[in-house]
Amino acid sequence: MDGVRIIASREFAAYFATPLAYVFIVIFLALMGVFTFYLGGFFERGQADLLPFFNFHPWLYLFLVPAISMRLWAEERKSGSIELLMTLPVTTTDAVIGKFAAAWAFTAIALALTFPIWITVNYLGDPDNGVIAAAYLGSLLMAGAFLAIGSCISAANRNQVVAFIITLVVCFVFLLAGFPLVLDFFSGWAPQAVVDTIAGLSFLQHFNAISKGVVDLRDVVYFLVVIGTWLYATAVVLDLKKAD
Amino acid sequence: MIRAESLTRRYGPLTAVDNLSFIVQPGEVLGFLGPNGAGKTTTMRMIAGFVPPTSGRAEICGYSVEEQSLEARRRIGYLPEGAPSYGEMSVRDFLQFVARVRGLRGDRLKVRVDDVIGRLELAGVLDQRIETLSKGFRRRVGLAQAIVHDPPVLILDEPTDGLDPNQKHQVRQLIGTMARDKIIVISTHILEEVDAVCTRAIIIAAGRIVADKTPEQLARDSRYHNAVTLRVEKASLVRDMAAELRGLEQVASVDIVEATRTLTVFPKAGASVFADVSALATSRGWSLQQLTLENGRMDEVFRRITTEAATKGAA
Repeated sequence: MDGVRIIASREFAAYFATPLAYVFIVIFLALMGVFTFYLGGFFERGQADLLPFFNFHPWLYLFLVPAISMRLWAEERKSGSIELLMTLPVTTTDAVIGKFAAAWAFTAIALALTFPIWITVNYLGDPDNGVIAAAYLGSLLMAGAFLAIGSCISAANRNQVVAFIITLVVCFVFLLAGFPLVLDFFSGWAPQAVVDTIAGLSFLQHFNAISKGVVDLRDVVYFLVVIGTWLYATAVVLDLKKAD
Repeated sequence: MIRAESLTRRYGPLTAVDNLSFIVQPGEVLGFLGPNGAGKTTTMRMIAGFVPPTSGRAEICGYSVEEQSLEARRRIGYLPEGAPSYGEMSVRDFLQFVARVRGLRGDRLKVRVDDVIGRLELAGVLDQRIETLSKGFRRRVGLAQAIVHDPPVLILDEPTDGLDPNQKHQVRQLIGTMARDKIIVISTHILEEVDAVCTRAIIIAAGRIVADKTPEQLARDSRYHNAVTLRVEKASLVRDMAAELRGLEQVASVDIVEATRTLTVFPKAGASVFADVSALATSRGWSLQQLTLENGRMDEVFRRITTEAATKGAA
């Protein structure tokens, strides 16, 4: 566990040692504002809730989270520091969890910095803060799931741009798994049970369920299982091809 | 102790390391020599636990590198090829990070980090980001992280690459001072380095061990071992002198380089010709600028052994 903590804190500091952290946070917050106020019609709706704000999170994450996750392992591979890291006395699992935890903590900070909108809505009206808290939790869990997918794909690639693009596509499929766009691809030939399972994988449905304020344990567990599975896959990929 | 048993690594159809076995004891400084692509780095990576062997196994102080990986890794200090590190970190942060991962804490951490900073003369760049450092400094940072936990086994892949002659000298001295109670394996293609720091040299070519000897024994294999080199003032004399030298009983052959006015006299197997050559020079009154007895030339041995292995491998 010590290994996880040390690696996570090194990794976390690395975000702020480069412009990456600041650029990401500024763009994240700016886009959040644009989406919420212009596309979401925050004022025009005249309702004291943050639905127009949270509705855009999945789409923003789709582009911004792969930008964070792409460097997780691809950069280590490219600079050769992976050889250093993997010959230190830490297990592959510790390294995977440590790096993921740092990335997740970083997105948590970006997300937390959206607090002015929460203050705004409380100033203007009387929203249900329980629903807002649940939506923040859902948003954070979804970001974690995106990151875990990105971690695995970054581990399999040396090139960060390739990792970015593949992550984006895979995340897109997961996001829309419950929609015809993805389901039609399977429904022609796969058995109904498989199609139903795929439909159940949709990030969007689980996120929407949580963000309505109903924190169903199943939705939370779903995201945690997705994270765990992809991190496990990351460790497997690394053990198989860390030196390639 | 490092024990390598039939280490083999294949990359697709290519066999990078082919059935390598050796044992290294504490106090030994083993030099890994070989042409580029001979398998030096792959071998070191297998010992350090970065690349799993296709077959065979490696053991560090009794711990299997594959099955008891963490125990083995705790006992190794490893400088990977090219001395990679985290460029965005400062030297201080990086060394502390490695020390922490290595399990050092509190006072012990401070003492050890300060010690390696002193040994590798990094005090002046502690707060600089590693990516802004020169190649020589980066290499020294890599060496510092490898020895920060005072490991019993050191694996150093080209520790002096990119250093200037003064820095090379320092690093060799550092290796020398640590050598007494440690096991040190270095790879290099600088032959003088083997002479300077190693107690044993393994030459590998095309993934196989082609020689495993002390540097002195290797030099003895050279055709230059016990040869005598003369340099004279007048180029016109060189040919006549060569003819006379060939007449000596113990002389096998004489090489001439007219451009530098140099002759090299090779003795017959096991013979010594220095006294005879020197006597002949005195009696003939040759005016010599140089008269030296050769120890043997490592580069010549290296070239011969590795090219022989290559032609054998091709056949």
